[in-house]
This record gives sequence, structure tokens and C-alpha cells, in this order.
Amino acid sequence: MWRWLHPYAKGEATYRLLGHWLPWLAISAALSLLVGIVWGLAFAPPDYQQGDSYRIIYIHVPAAIFSMGAYTGMAITALIALVWQIRTAEWAIAAIAPVGAVLTAVSLFTGAVWGKPMWGTWWEWDARLTSQLILLFLYLGVLALYYAFDDKRTGAKAAGILALVGVVNVPIIHYSVYWWNTLHQGATITKFEKPSMATSMLIPLLICLLGFALFTAAMICWRLRHEILRQELHRPWVQQELIGQEKLN
Amino acid sequence: MAFSSFQEFIVMGGYGFFVWLAFGGTFLGLGLLVLRSVVARRHLEKACADHMRRQERLARRQKQERSR
Amino acid sequence: MNNVTTWQVISTIIARDWRVAMRRRSDILNPLLFVLMVVTLFPLAVGPGPDVLGRIAAGVIWVVALLSSLLGSERLFRDDYLDGTLEQLVLLPTPLAVTALAKIIIHWLLSGLPLVILTPVCALLLKLPMDGWATLMLTLLLGTPILSALTAIGAALTVSLGRGGALLSLLLLPLFIPLIIFASAAVEGALVGAPILGQVLLLAGLMVLTLTLAPLAVAAAIRVSVN
Repeated sequence: MWRWLHPYAKGEATYRLLGHWLPWLAISAALSLLVGIVWGLAFAPPDYQQGDSYRIIYIHVPAAIFSMGAYTGMAITALIALVWQIRTAEWAIAAIAPVGAVLTAVSLFTGAVWGKPMWGTWWEWDARLTSQLILLFLYLGVLALYYAFDDKRTGAKAAGILALVGVVNVPIIHYSVYWWNTLHQGATITKFEKPSMATSMLIPLLICLLGFALFTAAMICWRLRHEILRQELHRPWVQQELIGQEKLN
Repeated sequence: MAFSSFQEFIVMGGYGFFVWLAFGGTFLGLGLLVLRSVVARRHLEKACADHMRRQERLARRQKQERSR
Repeated sequence: MNNVTTWQVISTIIARDWRVAMRRRSDILNPLLFVLMVVTLFPLAVGPGPDVLGRIAAGVIWVVALLSSLLGSERLFRDDYLDGTLEQLVLLPTPLAVTALAKIIIHWLLSGLPLVILTPVCALLLKLPMDGWATLMLTLLLGTPILSALTAIGAALTVSLGRGGALLSLLLLPLFIPLIIFASAAVEGALVGAPILGQVLLLAGLMVLTLTLAPLAVAAAIRVSVN
């Protein structure tokens, strides 16, 4: 397996591989998002309790899940980058962080907009909301650290260490926030814990989940490709790729 | 189909504002991410062209120096 | 030089940093003055009534402690980085994590411990009911080593940047959150007479965990920064 993986430690091979994946990922992401969202918005039945406002779930839940998934992915990449010193993995940290941050922001925004009609307030210091907000801070910290360094290699390594420190903290933060929430007993929201969803609502949600997963993967591939080009800008293959063969001669 | 008319679809049983705000915000966020990636490619092309021009200039200068 | 022990390294670094710090005492005193002044601001801002002040006292003291720990944190590795000492420390035959642990210990001695000693004054100023004093002191005693350890990670990551200030707080404050939750919960519990052993043990556990893992992270961060 190592022999098979080895070429992808080099920028160009990874760039080509991602180039093969990207169109398929992008097309299937667009298709499944379109189908899932149209289905969820127009065809799924309204909720007996929340009416039509529950339709926000079709973007809120996928964004929340993959914001956490992206963070885990980023931490694993950081571990690979730090242990095996693989440069592609270092660049992947920079590629994943903005995507994850946007997903986290989206989940917070949709959560707030959903909260207003359901709980009567845009922001509730609910455990989920709070830990999601902290996740956004962690993402922003990783991004800020990465962009603070002029030498992007050092920046990526530093950001990777921070991502790893963060991932050790994530469960602690998560449970402390839950615990804090039950302790302060402000307004424990149990609206989420309704009986399991009806199949007619669940299917579009699953399609949306798939769509967000593919979208996340496609964005990461795309950004990683750009990151590879940026880091190897002085190499001939990058110049060929960006400017084109005919103009070179 | 959960709605009998387009009007009803927009109103969303009274929650229209929130539902469309949430979906609009999401697409704005994801769209900005996509847009930034499109722009990034253009920036890279420009940076690469600049880099190559600089290299060429350097090479020309070196040739001149040598011929002198 | 080949047979230096871990303890020798730790005690030498601590003794050296102590001597350096004693030559510039204002660096130790300024964060403490900052704490006192911010604590003074609160009664002026929210009113001097004991009902309001007493309720928020523990939280205020903890938040101020977090902020003051950020104040001096840039200094943790900055001078050593600028004069090349840090590179020499990286070259020591003992693991770099040991050096990092020594740095964390001396940072705690110089910033965390004075803060704990200052706490009764703050508690007095903020009219914290007597029931909470011992718990507040205990949580600070257990919590400030965590602050020092996490601060060391942030300081090591940003040491080569030269302009770490705001960035450092951005990186560190989210990591402090569990700490402030457990600590303020413990004090709140003590005030209403609830058992606090759970929270205190959790804090102690967090301290052990942080002091075990943080030196490794600090060592990795120093290696990245020093190159």
C-alpha cells in the first residue's frame, strides 16, 4: 500500500488524481443537492409539530455534521503531515479549514434562523449551539495561524499542531458545554429529541447529507489543487498547467 | 407535492421568511466559497505569469552581463 | 554533559528563568496590577451591590485570570527565541518535551501562583461570599497550571511571528472554555452548598491530562518555529 501511495506525496501526481475526481464529485454533488433540496422543500410532507419551518433541517443538519467531519478530517491530515512529513497533507490542512469554517458558519446561521420561529429567539445558549460556536472559533484560529506565517510551510505545520491540540479538546469542550448547560438549567431545548423521522422526510435528508458530503469533498479537492499549484508555482509543470503549452514556446 | 400552489410554496405555512432566509444564507455562504475558488485560479495564473516574466527578465539580464 | 538527568535540565532552566525574571520584576507585577484594575472596574460598571457582585464574582475573577495569562504569554519564548537560546535548548540531549515542561512550570510559578495568592483580595473586592473562597482558590490552584500549559502551546506556535498578540488570544481562548465552565460551576456549587468534589476532580484530571500532553505539543511547536 505504501508503494501505491508514495507517488501522491508528490504534488503533480496528486494534482492529476484530484483532477480526475473533481468533475465527478462536482457533478454528483450538484445533482444530489438539487434533488435533495427540491425534494425537501417542495415534496416532503410538513411536520405535524413544526409545520414547514422544519425544512431548514435539510441544510442545517448536513452542514453541522460535515463541519465536524471536516474538522476530524483536518486533524487526521495534520497528524499525517506531522508524523510522516508529507507535504501534500500539509497543504490539505489549508484546503480543508476554510471549507469547514464555512460549513460551521452555515450551520450556526441556519440554526439561528430556525431557532427564531421555534424557540422565539435567534440565539439560545443551548449546548449544541455553543459547542458549534466554539468549533467555529477553533477553525478561525487554525486559519488565522496559517495565514499569519509568510512561509506557508511553517504556517501549515503550526496550523496542523493547533488542529491536533483542538481535536483533543473537542470532546472535552463538547461535554463541558453539555454539562454546563444542564447545570445552569436555562432553557434545555428538547425539540430536537422528537420521535424518529418519517421515511418520507428522511429520504430527502439522506440525499442532502450525500450532497453535502460530495460538495465538501469536491471543494476540498478543488482547493487542494489550487494549494498544490500555489506551493509549486516555480515548477515547470505548474507553469505549463496554468499558462498552457502553446504560450510557453 | 406538499403544496397545492406556488403561492403556498413561497409562504411555507407562515414560516416562509425563515425558511428562505436560511436557504438563502446557506447558498450565499457556499456560493462565496465556490466564487473564491474560481478567483483563486485566476490569481494563480496571474502570479505564475508574473513569476515567469521575472525569470525571463533575469535570464536576459544575465545574458547581457555575460556578453559584456 | 552527556549524563545530565531530566531533573537537572528542569531545575537548571527553572533557576535560570527565575533569575532572568527577577531582573525584570515589572513583567511579573504588571499582569497582577491588570487583574486588580479590571476587578475594580466591575463594581463601577455593574454597581456595588453585594447581590449582583457576589453572584458574578467567581466568573469575573476567572475571566480576568484568563485575560491576564494572555498578557504575559508572548514573553514565554520570545526572548529565548530572539537571542538564540531556544535553538540551544532544542539541541539538548534530553527530550525537548522536558524543556517545555520546565518552561511551563516556571511560567506557572511566575504568573499562575502570584495570581492564586492575589485571589483573596479580588474576592474581597468583589464581595464573594465566604463559602466560595476556598473553592475559588482551589480551582485557581488546579486551573492556572492548565492555563500555563495551554499558553505555552500558543506562545510556541506564534513565537517566530513577532506580532503574536491578538492572534495568540484567538488561538487560546476557545481552548480555555472547559476550564472556565468547570471552575465556575465548582464555585457556584460551593456557594449553594452543593457537593463540589466532582468538578474539582474533573479539574484535577484536566490538569494532569494537559500537563502530560501539552509538553509534547509545545515541543512540536518549538521545532516548527525554530526550524
